[in-house]
Amino acid sequence: MKVIENDNQLMIKQMVRDFAEKEIRPNIMKWDESQEFPVPVFKKLGELGLMGVLVPAEYGGSGLSYFEYITVISEISQVCGSIGLSVAAHNSLCTGHIMYHASEAQKRKYLPKLATAEWIGAWGLTETGTGSDAGGMNTTAVKDGDYYVINGSKNFITHAISGDVAVVIVRTGEKGDSHGMSAFIIEKGTPGFASGKKENKLGMRASETAELIFTNCRVHKDQLIGKEGEGFIQAMQILDGGRISIGSLALGIAQGAYKAAIKYSKERQQFGKPISQFQGIAFKLADMATKIKASELLLLNAADLKERGMKMSKESAMAKYYASEVAVSVSNDAVQIFGGYGYTKDFPVEKFYRDSKLCTIGEGTSEIQKLVISREILK
Amino acid sequence: MKFLVCISKAPDTTTKIDFVENNTKFNEAGVQYIVNPYDEWYALVRALELKETLGGTVTTITVGTPEDEAVIRKALAIGADESVRINANPKDAYYTAFQIAEYAKKGGFDIVFAGKETINYNGSQVGGMIAEFMQLPYVSLATKLDLAANTATIEKEMTGGIEIVELNTPFVISAAKGMAEQRIPNMRGIMAARTKPLQIVEPVACDELVSFVSYDLPKAKSACKFIDPANVAELVHLLHTEAKVI
Repeated sequence: MKVIENDNQLMIKQMVRDFAEKEIRPNIMKWDESQEFPVPVFKKLGELGLMGVLVPAEYGGSGLSYFEYITVISEISQVCGSIGLSVAAHNSLCTGHIMYHASEAQKRKYLPKLATAEWIGAWGLTETGTGSDAGGMNTTAVKDGDYYVINGSKNFITHAISGDVAVVIVRTGEKGDSHGMSAFIIEKGTPGFASGKKENKLGMRASETAELIFTNCRVHKDQLIGKEGEGFIQAMQILDGGRISIGSLALGIAQGAYKAAIKYSKERQQFGKPISQFQGIAFKLADMATKIKASELLLLNAADLKERGMKMSKESAMAKYYASEVAVSVSNDAVQIFGGYGYTKDFPVEKFYRDSKLCTIGEGTSEIQKLVISREILK
Repeated sequence: MKFLVCISKAPDTTTKIDFVENNTKFNEAGVQYIVNPYDEWYALVRALELKETLGGTVTTITVGTPEDEAVIRKALAIGADESVRINANPKDAYYTAFQIAEYAKKGGFDIVFAGKETINYNGSQVGGMIAEFMQLPYVSLATKLDLAANTATIEKEMTGGIEIVELNTPFVISAAKGMAEQRIPNMRGIMAARTKPLQIVEPVACDELVSFVSYDLPKAKSACKFIDPANVAELVHLLHTEAKVI
């Protein structure tokens, strides 16, 4: 397994840092407070090749591995979790679903636009009444000649308003049947396809989350991904990779909070010395550093298996579960180290604290990750 | 047009600076190097812009060890066509300039670019020395460079104004802030940099004219003194006797 960063990762790291310092950091709080989803930033990220990291070069992507992908997401997230989340969702969900499961013609049509961020992608599985229990979904697609007629809605969808295309998983068979769901590619502007209410969130406020609504939306059968009935299985595979994505996001948030805490603890003087010299703070920092390293290694382990084409449901669930819990605990510790200042918006850690909580919820809660892990180990 | 751009490394701006061997040598342990910003943001990017409008090639040259190849690859990732590394650990500006000039004399370059200085040594010497070794005109601290056929129009800042000079290629120029804007390499550039040519050239013999006696860090800043706003007399006293500014 690869632990040492290669030259590519080092250069990508610097590239992402340069970009984030110039284009992201100066605007973080403005976007956060107004819940603005900054579309132009994603266009620029597309020019750099960061919106199609895993997409092969022949489809306009960067054609890199999950190792470089972890670097990209975690580096962006060290500066802003919201942007990290949106880049992760675009790359691994919508783009990933088309890349892994769509036909050649569909790939040729959509991947070049997505990999360059000419189009921003959304992905819809969750509904108001069904989160982890996706099999009970109520949005249906009913065949009508060469078309499917879709009715229902999808909830908590990243880029539901600004997205130009969405991959949506809907029911084409019986409720609860894992072969009763199918995935469709639906373009913005398709009659009957609309976006709904934008959520007002605790954190990740610059990443757009809203509803997708289908009202007699007619979608041609050419927009079906794979075969009818494969949607749920495809979605589960996408979520396996998505766990590396959210794990990397969590890793970045933890690293960002930790670095801020290290810097502050060396500068902040109390009782005549920097607070980093008090064991109460130093041990906290040691715990934070250890947990972050363990998260990183779990992620690299999952990435290694993924790159080798091996089954990695358990390992990716472990990485996502652990890194997410670490993001929450490390950002909590960081706020504690900052004391009263950490509770204000003048310092960066309160945002890491708010953003981190998404990681233990989105793309499978920590409880669902434990379900996946326990099912695997008890087989 | 053939452009040669001198690329040097410099410690990342967040590096903690200290010295070893009785304060005669910079402690390189754990130091993350970057491309010297004046070389990267201004010299290299302007050379690339000229190549993109006028055609030609951009070659970078670095006097350095194999460890410097990471910064060389960054220059290639940004868009240089090829790179040359003179395989030596340069001791001073004279040595560096001599090696670059020896290579450049044979290359038929129209413009040799350098950054105005490195951000660690701030010597601002290499560009001028290259020009002298090559018997070419030199324009330093340039903030703007336009090229029409073989004639260049260059702006450089001077106290209270701007000086505009015109000259024909070939020449040597040192680039200052304003000549171009930083370009962030994209993923494709980073991947392409792995396969672009990097030629390694052995150095030619050169006298060592300088030896480094010692480095000293600036004195640590003393803490601020706070004086009660009501106590103006003490403020005046301290400004007079301690700060010696009045």
